Amino acid sequence: MTPYVILSAILFTIGSVGVLTRRNAIVVFMCVELMLNASNLALVAFSKQSGDLDGQVLAFFVMVVAAAEVVVGLAIIMTIFRTRRSASVDDASLLKY
Amino acid sequence: MFALAEGAPLVDPGSADGVFSLLWLVIALPLLGAVILLVGGPLAKGRLDRNGHLIGAALPVLSFLLSLVLLFQLLGRDSNDRQVSQHLYTWFQAGGLKVGADLLYDPLSALFLLLITGVGSLIHIYSIGYMEHDPRRRRFFGYLNLFVAAMLILVLAGNYLGVFLGWEGVGLASYLLIGFWQHKHSAAAAAKKAFILNRVGDIGLSLGIGLFFTTFGTTDFTTISANAGKASEGTMTALGLLLLLAACGKSAQVPLQSWLLDAMEGPTPVSALIHAATMVTAGVYLVVRSNFVFDYAPHARTVVMIVATVTLLWGAIIGCAKDDIKKALAGSTMSQIGYMMLGAGLGIAGYPFAIFHLLTHGFFKANMFLGAGSVMHGMDDDVDMRHYGALNKAMPVTFLTFAMGYLAIIGFPLFSGFWSKDKIIEAALTQNWFVGVLAMIGAGITGFYMSRLMFMTFFTKRRWADGVHPHESPKVMTIPLMVLAALSVLGGLLLAGDWIVNFLEPVVGTAPEKSPPIPALMISLIVVLIVAVGVAAAWYLVERQDVPREAPQDVSFATKAARAELYGNEINDGLVIRPGGRLVAGLTLFDRHGVDGVVEGTALGVGGTGSILRLAQTGFVRSYALSVLAGAVLVVVALLAVNLR
Repeated sequence: MTPYVILSAILFTIGSVGVLTRRNAIVVFMCVELMLNASNLALVAFSKQSGDLDGQVLAFFVMVVAAAEVVVGLAIIMTIFRTRRSASVDDASLLKY
Repeated sequence: MFALAEGAPLVDPGSADGVFSLLWLVIALPLLGAVILLVGGPLAKGRLDRNGHLIGAALPVLSFLLSLVLLFQLLGRDSNDRQVSQHLYTWFQAGGLKVGADLLYDPLSALFLLLITGVGSLIHIYSIGYMEHDPRRRRFFGYLNLFVAAMLILVLAGNYLGVFLGWEGVGLASYLLIGFWQHKHSAAAAAKKAFILNRVGDIGLSLGIGLFFTTFGTTDFTTISANAGKASEGTMTALGLLLLLAACGKSAQVPLQSWLLDAMEGPTPVSALIHAATMVTAGVYLVVRSNFVFDYAPHARTVVMIVATVTLLWGAIIGCAKDDIKKALAGSTMSQIGYMMLGAGLGIAGYPFAIFHLLTHGFFKANMFLGAGSVMHGMDDDVDMRHYGALNKAMPVTFLTFAMGYLAIIGFPLFSGFWSKDKIIEAALTQNWFVGVLAMIGAGITGFYMSRLMFMTFFTKRRWADGVHPHESPKVMTIPLMVLAALSVLGGLLLAGDWIVNFLEPVVGTAPEKSPPIPALMISLIVVLIVAVGVAAAWYLVERQDVPREAPQDVSFATKAARAELYGNEINDGLVIRPGGRLVAGLTLFDRHGVDGVVEGTALGVGGTGSILRLAQTGFVRSYALSVLAGAVLVVVALLAVNLR
């Protein structure tokens, strides 16, 4: 049980550090997926421990939402790349004060 | 100084039957005229413009005939059975409060009915000639009818709310008629001034009505007169003073007097009807009608006497210096109403004489105002007496009828004013010699200013310009003058055998027998002598010398003050208008900087905070992600901290 949670925490940390440090939108996106899957792992692990299926069902939901999110997110990144010739999230900073 | 009254007679009317059930018709007839002329006129698309005024003149005459029939019916009754009330319908009802549309017909309203409809009809007839060339004649007659109807409501109402309805109605009609020639700026301004000053008085009446409600639970004369003795004297004094404030506004008494002289901007028949004979005497009516209040409020009566004495001198002094014939007459009106108020302030001993003087004044003052109108008619609407002179030959009828009014107002023996003014002075002397002496002096000043007016207009040398051709007015104008002149001469007959005193006794009560300090005949003699001195002074100063066509400017301070209406307008300006203006300016300043400051300050503060906080919106996704993470960590730490403790 504990190793699963530790792995999940490590994966989540890697993902969040990636989101905060990397500029390339695709990499940031992958890191977000990593964080989602880390939380999926934790959900399944806790579900297994507590003996009911709630957490596993929730993990399925997360996957479905993540899939939908990927579709929309990649479309946005594609559009931004087409107009600006760049996939850097720091370049797309026009919407501000 | 005053003995507390033993109580006014109760208002205890029987219900209207027989001819008396037609009481409402007296009001309805002129009201119908007003509706036909004012509402029907525009609907008829000008078809009423040519002959509509005949309807307007006929309906008050019908009303007058009905009033005569009613009076004879009343006289046929026993003297303590002379109060009739007619309940028309429930005006409104709210909770325990029920106000009926009630009419009360008693000797007091009977006399007023005759005065209003009688003099009113004569003035309507006169106006047919006077307003002949005015394009808005139909509207003029509509307003006049409206006025007559409202005035009749005022004197026939059986409760104070009904009186208030009529009170406001005559105020409206007065406003419309003063400003009838609205293209003249001065007329429009005078109408507004009259309306606003009357509002000040109306505050008194409306507060008084409120106090009647809280004290007696009703405003019916019947209930109030029955319970008047039960209320505390303080309440009665307050009521008396509030009613006096109302009377001051309507009757142009000091300190609300300044509108009356400006009101002369209206057409002359209006000045005669509203601002001499009827509406301005409504204040006197109110005080006499409320005798059950004033009988229990001796202090309020004292204030009435003071106001009245000040006014009768004030108006007389103004009358001495005015060159505008109508304004001189208006000053005189103010002064004569002062006499009436003085009579009313004297209590039971004076009420009948106040009403008596009111009636005779209605006759002779309407007569003189119409006479002045006739003079103006012949002089191309010039009102400056300095441009008149020697008109007695050019307008013999106007001159003779005017002379009757003149002799009546100065109190020439056997003319109506002699009897009525004498009685008030006598009653005043009996109660308070100082007031009595002031009233006598007022009579002397009356003799002076009226003689001055008379001499400047009808005697002395002719001063009118060459293009002016004074001529006598048409019959339709002179016949009302003759009737009014006859009434001015014979009005004193009302006092024959103390008729009017006995007639009014069921309304105002019996005066306790109390003889004046010096014999009545002596008083009359002294008054006549004082008046003679006034007339002689006028003769010496006006008739004997040349009257310049332009008013001399290097005059004494007293003359300047009198010309400026004793600075009544300046006093109003200094005491009310300018402090009021400053108050408004101060409040505006507070609103702009105080109230608006708080509101705008809040907005500014929020805006400022926002402009600082929005710098956090950098547009960098990663910094947002960092703050989300930091928030999440904070929540987790907080949860741990709470759970681990």
